This record gives sequence, structure tokens and C-alpha cells, in this order.
Amino acid sequence: MTTFKKLAAAAPLAMMPMAARAQEGGLDAAIADAFATYTGPFVGFVFAPIPGTAFPWIVLWLVVAATVFTIIFGFVQFRFFGHAISLVKGDYSDPNDAGEVSHFQALATALSGTVGLGNIAGVAVAVGIGGPGATFWMILAGLLGMASKFTECTLGVKFRNEYPDGSVSGGPMYYISKGFAEKGLPGGKILAVLFAIFCICGSLGGGNMFQANQAHAAISGITGDYPGWITGVIFAGIVFAVIVGGLKSIASVTEKVVPFMGVMYVAAAAIVLIVNYDMIGWAFGQIFTGAFTGLGVAGGLAGALIQGFKRAAFSNEAGVGSAAIAHSAVKTNEPITEGFVSLLEPLIDTVVICTMTALVIIVSGQLLIDDATGLYQVTDGAIATVGGVSGVGLTSAAFATGISWFPYVLTIAVILFAFSTMISWSYYGLKAWTYLFGESAASELTFKVIFCIFVVIGAAASLGPVIDFSDAAIFAMAVVNILALYFLISFVKDELGSYSERLRNGTIKKFH
Amino acid sequence: MSAKLVVGLDGEPSGGRALAYAQRMAKLIGTCEIVVVFVVEWSPYSFQTAEENAERHKRREAEISIAMERVVDPALAELKEAGLSAKGVVRHGDVAETINRVSIEENADQIIVARSSEGGFVKRMFGSSTGSLVMSASVPVTVVG
Repeated sequence: MTTFKKLAAAAPLAMMPMAARAQEGGLDAAIADAFATYTGPFVGFVFAPIPGTAFPWIVLWLVVAATVFTIIFGFVQFRFFGHAISLVKGDYSDPNDAGEVSHFQALATALSGTVGLGNIAGVAVAVGIGGPGATFWMILAGLLGMASKFTECTLGVKFRNEYPDGSVSGGPMYYISKGFAEKGLPGGKILAVLFAIFCICGSLGGGNMFQANQAHAAISGITGDYPGWITGVIFAGIVFAVIVGGLKSIASVTEKVVPFMGVMYVAAAAIVLIVNYDMIGWAFGQIFTGAFTGLGVAGGLAGALIQGFKRAAFSNEAGVGSAAIAHSAVKTNEPITEGFVSLLEPLIDTVVICTMTALVIIVSGQLLIDDATGLYQVTDGAIATVGGVSGVGLTSAAFATGISWFPYVLTIAVILFAFSTMISWSYYGLKAWTYLFGESAASELTFKVIFCIFVVIGAAASLGPVIDFSDAAIFAMAVVNILALYFLISFVKDELGSYSERLRNGTIKKFH
Repeated sequence: MSAKLVVGLDGEPSGGRALAYAQRMAKLIGTCEIVVVFVVEWSPYSFQTAEENAERHKRREAEISIAMERVVDPALAELKEAGLSAKGVVRHGDVAETINRVSIEENADQIIVARSSEGGFVKRMFGSSTGSLVMSASVPVTVVG
């Protein structure tokens, strides 16, 4: 029996307990219940606090890594910022390589995988739980994360696999196993396999279920409540048509529309901010004060910091390793150039787009303030909001205060972002899957079918367990990836040294 | 001293008229080499999925060989049959820019292209490739009607 057949036979059995409970509390409740039970221990481990504190060790892990990379590479995100822009513009691209994947395309593809619900719903979660101060830590995490992204994407291109037919496969799985082997270090293969396993979980979690879940939330916000599995089945059908049926036209249309939605989103945020221009100064005040005092929000400073860093990492994926897969396809003889280009990603995603969302939420007055104390009203660990909305609902309500019809546009944006992120992550997950199980058609189909099943589960489950599992899976990728990056740092350092020298002495020339 | 003519083809019947004109010119000139150029319209600023990116190199090779086989090779065969010296090039990029770049690289004396095959709304909005080639070319351009 092939893997696929075994899985197909096992699937109905796995669904049975859910179906039984569905009789009592509805299919959605059964799926959510079962999901929370099975993923609880994994989530608990990833978010375990450092003993004696309330600070999750994983957040410290990401921040320390980003800081170490920033220092070791001498603030590369600032020193080479201008050069990164030149590379994206194509100033250094050889005209003879026209028709190959350009720096711009690699960046745009990676961005369409990251810009999405993390920027809309994730920021609302951060600000809703951690208060406006979370924005400050989010921006800081975005700026530091640029160095992590630089490191992983340089390695992604350096150690990618180029096959005889010209197609490429890259990403942490490859740089971990090949990089460790080249350095004569043991354990590369084990770490690579571990990364691939977590990457599959991440692609099913943050790259799939969270997206389906929030897409459903956005649609039901407009149409009124209806069972999530319906959205799930429709989404799964479209995703299936694209990744299994090869309906590439849907994917390529989405890829073309998503950037415009991104620009429109930022423009709409700018309009809301212009309308409320008198409150922008106050909003920044809230962000800075909240960053260090917590403004009475649950968890205070630590709460703001944890939420800010968590949501920034979830949004821009710096240190997670996913971007290294997307960036590996670029045509370049200098792996480090893609590293420079990739450092723009956290900047656009987190420092610009996430900050815009946060500002809109803060100035909209959706977060309720206690008139007597001047502090935010906290209920059940989150700031009380007008109408009790959270996640994408909060962002939508905030935009509606400035542009009343914008929630409809936002719904379309959320659906498109969710869809494009799913397509991107289905590819990341597939690359990890084929790394583990080989590149046969049966193995690819197995993963794609599992991916579609998780779309339905994600849309039906409630936000809490889905967001926890999504975070946990994505951060688990970062545990392995960052550990490996520490061992592979010398490769990037050598590349940076050599490239900087050649750039200085004019060996590397502009073509345009 | 031999002359060099660059002929831009677009795979349409109008390209055949440009090629016929180039042949006539080459015979009048005497010692003349013809460079046949086909440009696959391509922008480095388009948006693609991760999968398309991973397959891009393979696709590019395929696009080049299809263009060679269907457009450039038949043109070269026709020119060689007429006793002319010729070579073919397939490039990716903006049509006008790329034909101009090839003409500079080849040190060509003249570019010969057919009147644009684009029409209607697109032409009104963005102008034609032939139009922009005429506006930006570094060597004289002959547009065949």
C-alpha cells in the first residue's frame, strides 16, 4: 500500500470522533475541540516561559538571534539598504539574464507569502492583547529581523539545489544539510529533517489554517454567521484546483492582484490616518508610553513586548526560514545579493504595513479606555473593544471609522491575501515534504490532499487553538533554523566580506 | 566593408514583409550580414508564484527553443537559401529596448521592423513597440508597411 493509499484509508477513521461529537455541538465545535486537544502539548512546549518569568523562551530566542546577526554583520540592514534598492531596481542585473527570475520577482513572491493576514489580523491581536505599546516592539523586531532574513536568504541561494533540467529547490533543508557537511559538522541531516517536519506543520498551520480561519471570519463578518466548514470546503476546492488540478491561471491572477491590494490597503490606512491626523501624535505617544509601561494592559511591559515580537515574527517570518525557500529561485551568481534584497521584506511587511494597521486601530478609538483612570479596559486578558471584536474584525471596524465601506474591500483583501499566502505556503510545505519523501508524483499528491483537508479544519476551528498552533509550528521552524544559522554564520560573513571588497574596488559593476 | 542589418521579427505575417525587405536591401548592398532578432516580451517587474519562479529557468530555455524553431530558424533558412549570410538571436525583455541593444552589440547599420501588429485599445494606451523603437533607437530604423 502506498503512503497515499494508507492515508486515504486512515482519514475516515481519524474523522470519526469528530463526527460523533458533531451530533451534539455541531461539526465546527467538534473540529475545534479535537484540534485543541491534539495540539495542546506542542503549543505548550513552544510557548513555555523561561523559568521564574512569564517570558516565552521562543521570543527571546528570536530576538537574541536577530540582535546577534545585526551586530555580527555590522548593521547590514542599514549599511546596505541603498544597495538593496539598487539591486531590486535591476541596476546590477546582467541584461543577458533577462527572462530569468529577477531580484524584484523573488522579493515580490516572498512578500506575497508574508504580507497578508499577519499584517491585518495579527496586528489587531497584538494591539488588542498587548496594547499600543506592542507596536513599538513590533517595529523593533522588524528592524532587527532584517538581519535574520539577510542571513537565511543568502544561505538559501548559496546552498540551493540546481537540477539538470534547470529547476531549483532551496531553503533551510538544503543549507542545513549541505552547509553542515561542508563544515564537517555532525547532525546536519537530522536538523534538516526536523526543520522539514516543522515546515510542514507551519505550512498547515500559519500558512493554511490561520488563513482559512480568518478568511471565514472576514466573510461571516459581512454575510452573518454560518458554519465555518462551508467556507473551508469552498476554499479547499479552489486550492485543490490550483495545486492539484494545475489551474495556474487562478494563482497567477491572485499573484497579480495581491500587490495592488497591498498598495490599496496602505493607501486606505493613510486616508484613515489623514482623516484623524490630529490623533497621530497621541497614537505615537501611546505606542511609546505603552512600550515601557503597558498602559495597564494585561502583562504590562512584558505583555506588550511579547505580543509585539510574537506578531512581528509571525508576520515577517524573519528567522523562520520560509523566505529562504522563496528567495532561492533568483538568478544571480552572488548569493549575498539576494540576502540584501530580502532584508527589505521585514521592512515593508512589519515596519511599514504592520505599523499602519496598528496606527489605524489606535486612532480609531475601537480600543476602550476607562475614562476614570485613562487606562485601557481589560477583560479576559485583552483590551475591551467596541462591539467586542478581535482579530480581523477589529481591523475592519477600525478602518470603518474612517471609510465606512472599507470593510467590504478589506474582506476581498483578506480573502485574496489568505489565498495567496496559502498558495505560497503550499509550495514551502511541498518542498519540505519532497525533501523528506522524495519528488515523486504520488508523494506530492499526498501532501497536497492533506493541505486541502487542513483548509477545512482551519476554517471550522475557533481562532484561539488555530492561532496557537499556527504560531507554535512557525516558531518551531525558527528553533531549528536559527540554531543552524549560528553554525553557518561564517559562510555569510565570508560572502559579505568578499562582496563588500569587490563592490568597493569596482569589480562589481552596474549594468544600467 | 560589409554592412549589417538587424531584422526584428514578431512571429506574425508582418515580420515576413520586414524579412523580404531586408533581403532586397542586402542584395542591393552586396556584402551584407543579416541578424534576425526575436524578442520574448518579458518584464523583470512582473509577479509570479514561487512555483513559477522555481521553474523559470526551464521555461526560459523552452521559450527560446520554441522561438528559434518556429520563427528564427525558418527565417534563417530562407535567407541562406537566398545566398545571404545570416544569424539569429532570441532574447527576453522589452521589445524595443532589446532590439536596440542587439543592434548596438552587433554594430548594426540599420534596424528593419514591420509596422506594429498591435492595435486598438492597447496601442492607444501604451503605444506600440515599433513606435517606441523608432523613438529610442541608436541606429536608423526602417519600418516596413
